[in-house]
Amino acid sequence: MLPLILFYFFGTILVLAALSVIVSRNPVYSALGLVLCFVTSAAIWLLIEAEFLAIVLVLVYVGAVMVLFLFVVMMLDIDLEELRAGFTRFAWLGWMVAAVIVLEIAGVVLTRQLGIDVTRGAAPLPAGYSNTEELGALLYSRYAYPFEIAAMVLLVAIVAAISLTLRHRPNLKVQDIGRQVAARASERVRLVSMDSEPRE
Amino acid sequence: MITLAHLLTLSALLFALSVAGIFLNRKNVLLLLMCIELLLLAANFNFVAFSRYLGRLDGQIFVFFVLTVAAAESAIGLAILVVLFRERRSINVEELDQLRG
Repeated sequence: MLPLILFYFFGTILVLAALSVIVSRNPVYSALGLVLCFVTSAAIWLLIEAEFLAIVLVLVYVGAVMVLFLFVVMMLDIDLEELRAGFTRFAWLGWMVAAVIVLEIAGVVLTRQLGIDVTRGAAPLPAGYSNTEELGALLYSRYAYPFEIAAMVLLVAIVAAISLTLRHRPNLKVQDIGRQVAARASERVRLVSMDSEPRE
Repeated sequence: MITLAHLLTLSALLFALSVAGIFLNRKNVLLLLMCIELLLLAANFNFVAFSRYLGRLDGQIFVFFVLTVAAAESAIGLAILVVLFRERRSINVEELDQLRG
């Protein structure tokens, strides 16, 4: 009974946070609402015993991606009024599409033709079961190749993001390491021997 | 007891809200990116739920990859957004109608 109460508690917070993401006036509040969404989702994933992904969601999303979002939101000087203009013009269409999606998915769930009984709970996991260990065993054996492709995707993303935002400003005083290394003492210092001035 | 139907309904609600968000905030690229993140979260919810209730871990591996690709996507998206703002001083989608340099 307690897991169900917790599920409803977190589920309510999740839906309200998602609502605040899409209707709030200030993008900073939207980003913070999204953070709340991720944290409550992690809590629900913990409830259904997917611990590793719950922690990854908090670490990667709240810790990295949302901080990036907040940086960008605060860095850009956006004219909010212009972006909000005509906010409600297509609102009815949005809510209608949302209602249709909910009805369709509810139809799929409620027709009970999935081949599985959606109204039963999950089979209990054996004592001492480690979600992280099992995932790791699968990830490094059967999914080793996709895992490496994922690493390449991240590398390409890093290179793309840096090369997109890198700015070459003219007339900027910077070090040229190559020229510094190539410099020889003979080019820099000229030793001149000359007679000293006689005393008057 | 939390059943599969509970989780599927919750993820359907989340998905529908994010689609509505894309319609509502169609001018602001930043909020569009956030709505896409929310949409991917709803999809991940389904993966985790089915993985748990069918007793197979492959769904959770998929979530892992979806998270990776979503992180890469948002990093590149935000980089494009920053460059766009630097050029145009605006992130309004309706002004992005000229596909030239």
